[in-house]
Amino acid sequence: MTVPALTIENLSVEFATDRGSLRAVDGVSLSVAPGRTLAVVGESGSGKSVSALAVMGLLPGSARVGGHIALDGEDLLALPPEALRARRGGAMAMIFQEPMTSLNPAFTAGEQVAEALRVHRGLAPAAAFAEAVAMLERVRIPDAARRARQYPHQLSGGMRQRVMIAIALACRPRLLLADEPTTALDVTVQAQILALLGQLKRETGTAVVLITHDLGVVADHAEDVAVMYAGRVVERASAATLFARPEHPYTVGLLGAAPRLTGGEGRLASIEGTVPDMRNPPPGCRFAPRCPFAITRCVAEPPPLAEVAPGHMTACWRAPLAQVLGAA
Amino acid sequence: MSASDDRSAGGRADLNRPRQPMSAVIESPAVAPAAESPGRRALRRFLRHRLAVFGAVVVLVFAAVALLAPLVATADPNATSWSAIRRAPSLQYWFGTDENGRDVFSRVVWGARASMMAGTISVVVALLAGVPIGLLAGLVGGWVDALISRVADAMLSVPFLILAIALAAFLGPALENAMIAIAISASPVFVRLARGMALDARATDWVEAARALGNPPWRIGLLHVLPNIVPPLLVQATLAIAEAIIAEASLSFLGLGQQPPEPSWGSMLNSAQRFLTQAPWLAVFPGLAIFLVVLAFNLVGDGLRDALDPRSDKR
Repeated sequence: MTVPALTIENLSVEFATDRGSLRAVDGVSLSVAPGRTLAVVGESGSGKSVSALAVMGLLPGSARVGGHIALDGEDLLALPPEALRARRGGAMAMIFQEPMTSLNPAFTAGEQVAEALRVHRGLAPAAAFAEAVAMLERVRIPDAARRARQYPHQLSGGMRQRVMIAIALACRPRLLLADEPTTALDVTVQAQILALLGQLKRETGTAVVLITHDLGVVADHAEDVAVMYAGRVVERASAATLFARPEHPYTVGLLGAAPRLTGGEGRLASIEGTVPDMRNPPPGCRFAPRCPFAITRCVAEPPPLAEVAPGHMTACWRAPLAQVLGAA
Repeated sequence: MSASDDRSAGGRADLNRPRQPMSAVIESPAVAPAAESPGRRALRRFLRHRLAVFGAVVVLVFAAVALLAPLVATADPNATSWSAIRRAPSLQYWFGTDENGRDVFSRVVWGARASMMAGTISVVVALLAGVPIGLLAGLVGGWVDALISRVADAMLSVPFLILAIALAAFLGPALENAMIAIAISASPVFVRLARGMALDARATDWVEAARALGNPPWRIGLLHVLPNIVPPLLVQATLAIAEAIIAEASLSFLGLGQQPPEPSWGSMLNSAQRFLTQAPWLAVFPGLAIFLVVLAFNLVGDGLRDALDPRSDKR
């Protein structure tokens, strides 16, 4: 096992709202090794994006962040704001969900890639632009020299996301956070962008955190998976293990809800109930109100994330689930 | 993944409606346009706007006259002549002479210098003061924003001209003081405009992306947000010049701007009112000059608005 590029321990993020405080992330622990992809899966509001923004230090001032976030062993939460700012875009970079609006409309694609190089490597404008064109070539933009002189409105969605990736990787970050990088793109372009991310990851040894709600994406593009539910990690495993032997009832539900080509017609399976109100979460396991296997202990006491098999962790009192299913 | 995957809606519509005239086919976008900078596109669209081009020509003529006043003027604007008092326009005195026998044409020419200077310099000062303050308010927020916004609101609650008159009276009658007064009165508009647009920009994904790139706040304000708000500022500034020229003329009319005997359209109008029936040319020519230059700046402003508005993009 190599030294992880990113280690998150017991991360919590709390927002003060008009109706009391809201704990969006509660005791999340994750780690990613260089050259590997960790997929963080969960539905909207599960705390995936908030965790990523916490790593980048981009949460609004009203957020209270606790726990530890270490990038290459350096505690990011202890860094002064200036030092953290220097890491952003340098040692760690982020790709956002909306390629259509994440580029500055007033500058050309090349200028925006060059900007990263000028901020972090102090390159002169001409040198930065030349490097930017090379970077656009690396993200497989055809005719990069011409495209570099075009403005965002002249580029397609897929092309813009490639530009975003070029910007993010321009300074060879140790860590790349991709927050639903393909959600806004159509399916064929999605596959191309994810394949590109995979290739670049192997070439540069960057650790990738891929935030998604698309299990198909996870299966094809990630080595490790963390499933989040209502601000907590409920299951962590390698992608192969997770798909073969899901342990947490929520993961089982998610896998059941994913559409399959081989499946029959009719309604897609869904998980009964809704995500809990985060201002007033259930005291025990947060999935208990929706869980078909819940027992009294689940409602009363939050289950810790514990190993059920080597490298496979789940936060469930009823694990291993096979016993429960066997008994039923 | 190339430009060709842009959907050509025009081409498709033509297939559905085969009896469309040929011109529709020709106008449909064929390929993605080559890279054209926003400035160039705006210029192309501005030039299509006939009235705006007319306005721009008039502005340029007045600017040239103001710059080259010593060459354009046919006589010394302040030279009095007791033998030629209130002469009607003629070949010798194109715009006639005034009550002191001074050549009105030369005075209108030199008056252009005072007006154009007062208009542009005061607006430039208002921009330089108002925009950074507005950006600061919009991007920093909190009590900084509250303080700046309340001061701007307070200034905007006083009518523009009244505020300018009050400030000019306080500073003392002189053209420089009139310009300072106009600049101060015009700045809250820019503060408010820049603040509003900075607030919009702050919520955009590309500002978030710029932060994720490790840009320091000043860099985001000046290099990322400012270029995006230049177009509306440019439009507002052009219209503000027209207002500032009227303000300068008004202040000079009241004796708070350009001091006699130096010529100014406003002070010329003031002295002309006593002779309105006997010597109407004394009022007509400076009045016409004010009318033309203000109209021209407004036409240019409207043209710029259309040319720079991304919503009117017809590519």
